[in-house]
Amino acid sequence: MGTAALPELATVPWRVPIDRDRLRRWGRLWTLWTVAWTIPFIVAGIALILVEPMAIPVAIASLAHAWVVPELHAFRGASVVRQKGERHAQAEPVAQGFLADLLDHEPRELQRQTGLALEHAGLGHWLIGEAGAILFLPDGHRVHCFCVSTTGKDLPPSDRIAHLLLALRTDEIGFATVANHAFSGAPWRVRRRLPKPMRAAFDAGLAEARSSASASDARSPIPATD
Amino acid sequence: MPRLVRMDATGHSQLAEWTGPGVEYDRAVEAFRAELEDGYIGVWDHRNGTATQVRELPPDADLVILRKPIAGG
Repeated sequence: MGTAALPELATVPWRVPIDRDRLRRWGRLWTLWTVAWTIPFIVAGIALILVEPMAIPVAIASLAHAWVVPELHAFRGASVVRQKGERHAQAEPVAQGFLADLLDHEPRELQRQTGLALEHAGLGHWLIGEAGAILFLPDGHRVHCFCVSTTGKDLPPSDRIAHLLLALRTDEIGFATVANHAFSGAPWRVRRRLPKPMRAAFDAGLAEARSSASASDARSPIPATD
Repeated sequence: MPRLVRMDATGHSQLAEWTGPGVEYDRAVEAFRAELEDGYIGVWDHRNGTATQVRELPPDADLVILRKPIAGG
């Protein structure tokens, strides 16, 4: 009667299921990618100043590139949870009431205040928006941003969130596999580019991720020493 | 009482509710199948942070929700 895998996986048969190791590899690749974008511009900027002081404006432009490109990457990451599409003022209160029924007390209040739903799952803590989600890994040192949305385009915002929440609850690995990976990096890089009302939800997700990591550390047996 | 709910442009619509096997449940099954044919996906929300995709309407489910597919954006 019931199945564990998300049916939408059939639309992306070429994708390998996402797990913690794959997320770790993506994280390292994103760091390398950022460094590869940044270092050449910084080196070129400094070299220009040293070789030809008259080229300072060009050097400044080069250094600005080193700053702007990672900024754009992080902005793209933060954008996955921004409000998108029509607000459906009439239907939204009904949809929000329904979404509230699916959430526990604290995530429900957080969703009402910030528009984002916080959900704990196997890979970490997810912050779900209308057309994307941010995953906080258990140590809280890195976030992964995913672009994913319902194909029903006429839905009120809270219904769009409920669609993603239910898909996540059905099959977290499938959810992360179907979604498009948009960014990975340090939490602060994403937080500062979020709209202010959403930052409380981001902080709550980060705090949950960090507390779950310290709880799991506390549970880990201490290696015996002779 | 078990309910069958569809998420749609109105926020959500309750399509059926039933108390156990019987006429009400049979009607709910019909409604459920018609929505699946329209492209909806049935999800049994277990009210504990987990959910199961269902292709048949479970008679003992508290809440079955019909949602549209998702896709990477």
